[in-house]
Amino acid sequence: MMVVRNWILLLAALAATASLAAFGFLSYAPNRIVPGVARSLHEVAGDAVTVLAATALALALLCFLPQRRAVLLVAAAGLLMALGVLLFAAGHGATMLAATGVPAGRTSLGPAFWLALAAICLALIDTAEQAGLSALGRSLLIGAALAMLAGMAWSGLFDNLSLAREYHAHTDAFALEFRRHLTLVVLSAAISGAIGLPLGVMAFRDPRFGQRLFGVLGIVQTVPSIALFGLLIGPLSLLASTFPVLRQVGISGIGAAPALIALVLYSLLPLVRNTVAGLRSVPESVVEAASGSGMRAAQIMRQVMLPLALPVILSGFRIVVIQTIGLTVVAALIGAGGLGTFVFQGLGQNAIDLVLLGVIPTIVLALAGDVLFSLAAANLTQMP
Amino acid sequence: MSVATRRPLFIIAALFGALLLLLPFSGPLFHMLFPTLDRPLYSRASFLELTLSHVALVMAATAAATLIGVAAGIFVTRAAGRRARPLLLAVAAIGQTFPPVAVLAIMVPILGYGGGPTLVALFTYALLPIIANTITGLEGIDHNVRDAADGMGFTPTARLVQVDLPLAAPVIIAGIRTATIINVGTATIGSTVGALTLGSPIIEGLSGSNPAYIVQGALLAGLLAVLIDRSFELFAAA
Repeated sequence: MMVVRNWILLLAALAATASLAAFGFLSYAPNRIVPGVARSLHEVAGDAVTVLAATALALALLCFLPQRRAVLLVAAAGLLMALGVLLFAAGHGATMLAATGVPAGRTSLGPAFWLALAAICLALIDTAEQAGLSALGRSLLIGAALAMLAGMAWSGLFDNLSLAREYHAHTDAFALEFRRHLTLVVLSAAISGAIGLPLGVMAFRDPRFGQRLFGVLGIVQTVPSIALFGLLIGPLSLLASTFPVLRQVGISGIGAAPALIALVLYSLLPLVRNTVAGLRSVPESVVEAASGSGMRAAQIMRQVMLPLALPVILSGFRIVVIQTIGLTVVAALIGAGGLGTFVFQGLGQNAIDLVLLGVIPTIVLALAGDVLFSLAAANLTQMP
Repeated sequence: MSVATRRPLFIIAALFGALLLLLPFSGPLFHMLFPTLDRPLYSRASFLELTLSHVALVMAATAAATLIGVAAGIFVTRAAGRRARPLLLAVAAIGQTFPPVAVLAIMVPILGYGGGPTLVALFTYALLPIIANTITGLEGIDHNVRDAADGMGFTPTARLVQVDLPLAAPVIIAGIRTATIINVGTATIGSTVGALTLGSPIIEGLSGSNPAYIVQGALLAGLLAVLIDRSFELFAAA
C-alpha cells in the first residue's frame, strides 16, 4: 500500500518543480534601465531540467518509504545535489545569455530560482530536524552548502549574474564596508562585555539596583534604532563643536561614534540579563563549598561562579552579536558605514542587486554568528 | 493591579500626548536651538498624521500575524499538524537571526516601494516570535490540567478554547509584545522605502542635514515605542 510518510518533503519537491515550470528562472535585460524579460529554466539550461526532474522524482519516491535515518540522509544528499544543480544552472544560464546578448546586458535571478531555493532550504532544514542531526552534523550540512556556493563563486561561474557584476563594480568598497561592519560588531561586543559583565555582577549582588538597571535598559531596548541613533547625534555634535579636541579623535555628531554608543546601549540588556541568570544558576552548595575551603568573595566570583555561569553568559553574547549585526545595517544611515551603505544606496537608486549586495552578507554573517556560538556553547556544556 | 503600579504608563501617555500637541508650536524653540536652519519644523505631514499612520501600519501587521501565527501554532500542536512542528520551530528560530531591516529590504524588489511592502515585511517578521511563543505556551501546559479537562468531558475544541489557550495566553501575549516592539522599530526604517511613519522626519533630517527634524521624529518615535510596550502591561494585569 502506498502511504505518504513524509508530506513535507513531497510538498517541497512538488512546489519546487511547479515554480520552475511556471515562472521565469532568470531575467535578462539589454541594459540597466529597461525591465528584464523572463527566461525559463528550460530555455537557459535544458540539461539542468532533466537532472532536477530526476532528483525531484527520486526525492518524491523517498517520501513513500519508512522514514529511517538512512532514508533521511539520502534525502539530505539529494537535496544538496538539487541545490548544487540549481546554483549551477543559474550561473551557467547567465553565462549563456551574456554570450548571445549585448555587453551591457544584465541577467538577474527570477522568481522561479528564489522559490525553488526556498523550497529546497526548507526541505533541508526539515530533513535535518527529522534525522535528529547534532550541532556538529548541522554545521557540516551548512558548511557543505556554503562550500559548494563558495567554490562555484570562486570559479567564476556567477560572474555574469548582475549581483556579481555589482560586486565586481564595488570590490574595494565592499571589502572596506565589510571590514567596517565587522569592526563595529566586534568593538561594540567587546565594549559591552567590559561594561555589561561588571554591571551583571553588581545587579546579581544587589537585586534592588538590578531592578532599576533592568528598567532603564528595557526602555533603551524598546526605542527604535534610528530614533536612538538620531537622539545621540544632537548631543554629540554639540559636544564636538564645544570641545574641538573631540572632533580630532573622531567623535562628532554623525559617523562611528554615535553608532558605537547606540550599539553598546542595545547590547547591555541581553548581556546583563544573561550574566545575572548565569550567576543565579550556580548551585548554592558549590558557593558554600568554595567559601568553606577558604576562598574570598572576589575569588569565588572570578574562579568559581563566573566560569560556571559562562554558558549562559555566552548565549547572551550570541544574542548581542546577532542583534548588533542587524542594527549596524541601520547605522549606515548616520554615516557609520558598514554593509547598510549598499542597502540604502540600492534602495535609493532602485538598484535591487546593490540592495542584495548588502543584505546577503548581513544574513550570512548573522547565521555564521549563530552557528559559531551554538558550537561554542555545545562544546562548553560537554566539558566536565 | 493598582493604579500606583500603572503610573509610569499614564506618565508616558501624558508625555506623548503633550509632545504631540505642543510640537506643532515649537518652531521658535527649534529656531533658537538651530539658528542656521531655514525650516526648523517638519511640515511635510502633521505629527498626528505620522503617528496615526505609524500605529495603523504596526497594528494591521501585528494583528494579521497574530491571527495566522496563533493558528499555525495551534495546528502544529494538534495530531494532524504535528509533523510540521520541527520545521516551523526551526524556521521561527533561524528567521529570527535575520535582521528585520534585511526582511524589509528584500520585500522592496518583490513588491515595490511604499506602505504596502513595509506592511508585508512587518507581518512576515512578526510571525516568527508569535509562532514560537504559541507553541511554547501550548506545550508548557501542565498535562494534569489537560487530563482533568479531558476527564470532565471537554471536547478537543472546547478544551483548546476554554483551557489551553487561556493558560497559554501570557506566553502568547509576550510573543505578540516582542513582535509589536520589533515592528514599531522596523516601521520607522520603513520610511526609507516610502512608508509614512514617525521615521519620515528622521530620514528626511538625516538626508537633508536638518538636525531639528531628526530630534522631532526621534523623540516621538522613541516615546511611542515605550508607550506601546508599556500598554501591554494592561493585558498582563487583566
